Amino acid sequence: MENETKLLAGGMVTLSLATAALVVLPFLQLKNVPPPEGLKPYTSQQLRGRQVYMSNGCIACHTQQPSSTGAGVADSARGWGRPSVAGDYYYDQPVLLGTSRTGPDLFNIGARQPSADWQLGHLFQPRAYVPGSIMPAFPFLFEIKKPGDVAKDERVVALPPGTAPEGRVVVARPEAMDLVAYLLSLNHTYDALTPEQLKYAESRLPPERLKQDKKLEQGGQPAANTKQGESDEKGKADGAKANP
Amino acid sequence: MNPTAILLATFILSIVGLFFFIWSLRKGMFDATSSGARAIFTSGEIGQIEEPSADTEQKQQLQKVTDEHGPDSDSEEGVSPIELSAREEADRSTAYPVYLMFACAALWLVIASFAGLISSLKLHWPDFLTDYAWLTFGRLRTIHLNAVAYGWAPMGTLGLAVWLLPRLLQTPLRGARLVILGVVIWNAGLIAGLGGLAVGINAGMEWLEIPWQIGGLFAVGGMLIGLPMALMIGQRKVHHLYVSVWYMGAALFWFPTLYIVAKVPGVHFGVEQGTMNWWFGHNVLGLFYTPISLACIYYFLPKVIGRPVRSYNLSLLGFWTLAFFYGQVGAHHLIGGPIPEWLATLSIVQSMMMLIPVIAFSVNQHLTLKGHFNALRYSPVLRFIFFGATMYTVSSIQGSFEALRTVNAVTHFTHFTVAHAHIGLYGFVSMVIFGGIYFAMPRVLNIPWPKPALISWHFWLVVAGFATYAVTLSIGGILQGLDMQDPNVPFMQAVAVTIPWLEGRSIGGALMTLGHLIFVYHMALMTLRVSTTPLSSAIAAPQQKAA
Repeated sequence: MENETKLLAGGMVTLSLATAALVVLPFLQLKNVPPPEGLKPYTSQQLRGRQVYMSNGCIACHTQQPSSTGAGVADSARGWGRPSVAGDYYYDQPVLLGTSRTGPDLFNIGARQPSADWQLGHLFQPRAYVPGSIMPAFPFLFEIKKPGDVAKDERVVALPPGTAPEGRVVVARPEAMDLVAYLLSLNHTYDALTPEQLKYAESRLPPERLKQDKKLEQGGQPAANTKQGESDEKGKADGAKANP
Repeated sequence: MNPTAILLATFILSIVGLFFFIWSLRKGMFDATSSGARAIFTSGEIGQIEEPSADTEQKQQLQKVTDEHGPDSDSEEGVSPIELSAREEADRSTAYPVYLMFACAALWLVIASFAGLISSLKLHWPDFLTDYAWLTFGRLRTIHLNAVAYGWAPMGTLGLAVWLLPRLLQTPLRGARLVILGVVIWNAGLIAGLGGLAVGINAGMEWLEIPWQIGGLFAVGGMLIGLPMALMIGQRKVHHLYVSVWYMGAALFWFPTLYIVAKVPGVHFGVEQGTMNWWFGHNVLGLFYTPISLACIYYFLPKVIGRPVRSYNLSLLGFWTLAFFYGQVGAHHLIGGPIPEWLATLSIVQSMMMLIPVIAFSVNQHLTLKGHFNALRYSPVLRFIFFGATMYTVSSIQGSFEALRTVNAVTHFTHFTVAHAHIGLYGFVSMVIFGGIYFAMPRVLNIPWPKPALISWHFWLVVAGFATYAVTLSIGGILQGLDMQDPNVPFMQAVAVTIPWLEGRSIGGALMTLGHLIFVYHMALMTLRVSTTPLSSAIAAPQQKAA
């Protein structure tokens, strides 16, 4: 090759094509997706907690994207919730999808473990709650004090016996309170599809599949807080939404 | 917008574009030997080995290996002193900036190694060093990733690019000060960025954790480093642009574009941000580290054994297929996620198409080295480079198949992905950087490596460490993935099954870190001119063959 202009032009053409496919088209396709009705914006405390989540790199081990296909085929059976759809992330800036499940998916951790005491104690010492856990302890989000020194508005963490040092109590720092507020806000158990979208999705499913799903629903998959049938169809449903 | 139409349109556009560029460069395409492949040799230099890191005996043995196969050229009249002096002038013009970049790379390598090793230990000793926020796993792992991704790898690869381009274009580097300024700005950004990560300033997206207010310095620094290169292409004295120049030239433009698009504030939102994130995350590997490392292999491998690349035109195919397909594979990181389904499909298809450039490259390398495998015994540089080239093939083929939905279902979200990333960025890119530095440093400082035995120690320690790392973590990842797939297995079982393999990874990581310390110690010795070899034997320009 002798021509540097051709080289650079070619290089930029290829990159533009990739950018068009992976950035511009998703931008156009998703920019008008509205938030689902059940999704609430974050409070300022939850947003501060989200910052703590990002600062401490929780994303290194936790995803926020349950699925019913691929690697997430067992997610719903584990109680991690229905597959997420684009609208669920309406208020997420930036989105924290994650790529590693060294720990469990947290998209519905607020529904799975709604107790703030559990969350606080688990952050202080995960192994006091989940034997065999390899999550780091976060003692720097807490203070260890004498019971007499606790101020009135401070939260004393209820811990299993033997977790706090003898004669001391563990007090949550504001960062810990914020982080737990964020974790508890991770509750996406509302329906992702409007009734019309559900009907449309069902009309696209083969009848035997629908029958199978009905059976599953009656069989009582207790953890799956999802309308079965929407799951595999979310791609199609997305497409349907984007269609003008 | 109809997803099928988008999918087809993108794919067809890629293929048509690919054929257009290959057609436009068809001249002499099917010639068995290409004059282009000889561009890195001066006239009469073919058949002469060049291995600055080898000692005298190794050099003789290496030359013997090459001689056995008969010089396939008209190289009887000996090398041209004029062209050699042009090369020396090119080397001299880059010595300062290149030394600075290698030194920075070495420093970041040490920091990244310790951050990585401690992170690895924390995964099986979760209560190890938990008292300080900056030492928590999530922050330390991020520091490790960024010290590699924005410290060691770019300083090493860009350093090699700055060193190689003047040689390839037979033009001395002008604007070395601009490069030095760019390096200083880049490193200032990295120091600020890593410090920020340690205190918890994290923009939240993987590979883009350093916030744009700091990351802007990478864009500025990168452009200052790249600008003299771009200008040099215009002033070159050679007619043909060697394959290494294509890869490096394109990469120097690709990186700033990627980074600026990824970091432009206030544009990206929600799931689109997720797809952009992996468009960037995969392209920074595929369109920045990979092309520069391939460029280095295309230079060093033939150079060491004194034999031009075979089937040179395959490299043309390899370059354009990489350019067209690699950019679109990023969404395979989000298979099963909340992204539009057509996007995942597109990325899977293009991931498989990536087999074409990978096979083209592998065939090139194999044919070039064919009959010369003995040279691996005598050339330290070649060992690193060959190992890197092999790992490129391994990690790329692995990556293509990992994108398939059935395979992805097991490996996604597991430690297998981490192992895969290290086969690419360590086994391939880092090993090529090591090899390149071993080749270039004696030319940069004009003295030989003071203790050649340390090069062997370095090589075998990191190879043993890396093999342990890759094998244990891959096995652990697959077991973890199989457990996570099965709804009847409790999640904690999928955690427990990985522990012995995570411990194995720590052992591998420790060996690699030890190898790096030896490497950096050796560089320090060289810098301080502590040498047991007489310095006068240094400037080993190829001898006149006829003599």
